[in-house]
Amino acid sequence: MPAQTQSERSKYELKLGVATREAFGKALLELGRENKNVVVCDADLTKSTMTTYFAKEFPDRFFECGIAEANMVAIGSGLAAAGKIPFVSSFSAFVINKGFEQLRATAAYPHVNLKVVGTHSGISIGEDGPSQMSIEDLGLACSLPGFIVLSPADEVSMRALVRAATDHNGPVFIRAGRPKVPIIYQADQKFTIGKAIELAPGTDASIIGTGLMTSEAIRAAQALEAENLNVRVIDLHTIKPLDRDAIAKAAAETGAIIVAEEHLVDGGLGVRVAQVVAETHPCIMEFVGIENTYAESGSPEALLEKYGLTSIRIADAVRRAISRKR
Amino acid sequence: MKKTHNVEELQAIARTTRRQIIEMITAAKSGHPGGSLSAVEILVTLFFDVMNHDPSNPKWPDRDHVILSKGHGCPVLYSVMAQAGYTPVDQLHTLRRLGSMYQGHPDVRFIPALEASTGSLGEGLSVGIGMALAARLDGRPSRTFVILGDGECQEGQIWEAAMFAPYHKMDNIVCIVDYNKIQLDGFVKDILDLEPFAAKWESFGWNVLEIDGHSIPTLQKSFADAAAVEGKPTCIIANTVKGKGVSFMENNPKYHGVAPSQQEMELALQEIG
Repeated sequence: MPAQTQSERSKYELKLGVATREAFGKALLELGRENKNVVVCDADLTKSTMTTYFAKEFPDRFFECGIAEANMVAIGSGLAAAGKIPFVSSFSAFVINKGFEQLRATAAYPHVNLKVVGTHSGISIGEDGPSQMSIEDLGLACSLPGFIVLSPADEVSMRALVRAATDHNGPVFIRAGRPKVPIIYQADQKFTIGKAIELAPGTDASIIGTGLMTSEAIRAAQALEAENLNVRVIDLHTIKPLDRDAIAKAAAETGAIIVAEEHLVDGGLGVRVAQVVAETHPCIMEFVGIENTYAESGSPEALLEKYGLTSIRIADAVRRAISRKR
Repeated sequence: MKKTHNVEELQAIARTTRRQIIEMITAAKSGHPGGSLSAVEILVTLFFDVMNHDPSNPKWPDRDHVILSKGHGCPVLYSVMAQAGYTPVDQLHTLRRLGSMYQGHPDVRFIPALEASTGSLGEGLSVGIGMALAARLDGRPSRTFVILGDGECQEGQIWEAAMFAPYHKMDNIVCIVDYNKIQLDGFVKDILDLEPFAAKWESFGWNVLEIDGHSIPTLQKSFADAAAVEGKPTCIIANTVKGKGVSFMENNPKYHGVAPSQQEMELALQEIG
């Protein structure tokens, strides 16, 4: 194995950074200072979604909607139709599920310039349990015609993608998480909506990660080096539209794709990637995600381990995929 | 577009509107005549007297906004918009056909001058609040008028919005309930009664006016009263008759969502005059 490739994977130190929700809150504050058309709505969770930074500095442009997500989403659509750039935010479980009909009828259908940010996504919210967990949100958001769906992996990508979402004219859903996550990117990394980032090259298989599973994908690829396996890692920060070229290239060049996501396998990223693979270059696939169940209370670490969302389980899936290739 | 305070002129426009509603729904062979006819005076008074708007410049930032939250009543909206000059009158008969700008429910993709796509009930008041918040933030004089159906007020989101607007002292929004007492499955009181309806809005903090929704002078006065109220939104509960103006449609739940036949159309047009 070329030494160059090893260093590509081992260069990631994955030092713990801030949570993506924290990065969102700070990015929103910066954007608020730059653009007076940016307005924000929240549903009684400002200290959790981190819209609190914006709300404190720009009280006139912040609308506390109370615990009424359906109303909040539609108010956001009205603000957007009137020329504002509204961000509506809550726990992902609430804004996506309780606001879904309003996302459909008042945002997606008339294609207004609404930005929706769901925090505390996946099961890594931890102790609060399944009523607060959002494991259906990517599937639901992707089902809305015209929506851009973003799932940043770390603070650097969140900050850049919140900015990209603001510059994009049309509805966007951004998925954020509760726990602190490792930093993957250098501060000057450039991000483009719809363009995946190859974090490490490889030829034996490709791991496609999103959200907090991206750093686990890197760890899995690092661990597999000891077995002389040369595994590509791709960060798919944009779930919709998918980077079809990056997926087709990975399928053609590595012959095996493992998708890792903190989401139900049903309706998740893996299924969407599989569609592209089937349409472009059919290859072996494995899926690391939540299998047809709701989780429970527990520490984020314990839950991610119990429900199979770790680098160890990703590495297992890579080995399975490679053995199926032979 | 000619605006007028003259009641007789407005009544004449209302007659034309009723004729067009009947003609277009008959041509389409489907649609919602009852709730279109009940809202005629409300929309005619808004578009031809009350609202500040410019059909030659539909996106004029200072315009007043109108949202027909009860989107199934769109024939009345299409008729007044066409008469005002936003859209062609001679295309009204294409209602509900493939490719027609006059879609089965209002659709901003087909008529950009519409303020909102509606049809999924219960959502227009919230969207209107968003527009009114934007206007206030920008210091624009725009006012927002949202027309609700009565059955629509069974939706929980209406009451989320009803809680929001008074708390935020939004005196630049007016909601008008077309209280015709009938919904698809029958009489509202037999399905899920709204009463005490005015008391509900009052208790949520709205300035409430209960009026005859077919009296143009009363509507004119009510909109003037609403404009004069400071610090709270106004809800006009417009008592109306479903199917108003066509005797066999009046108060008949059947005509919530059934198109007239050719013979019924001719009878109806004779009655409307």
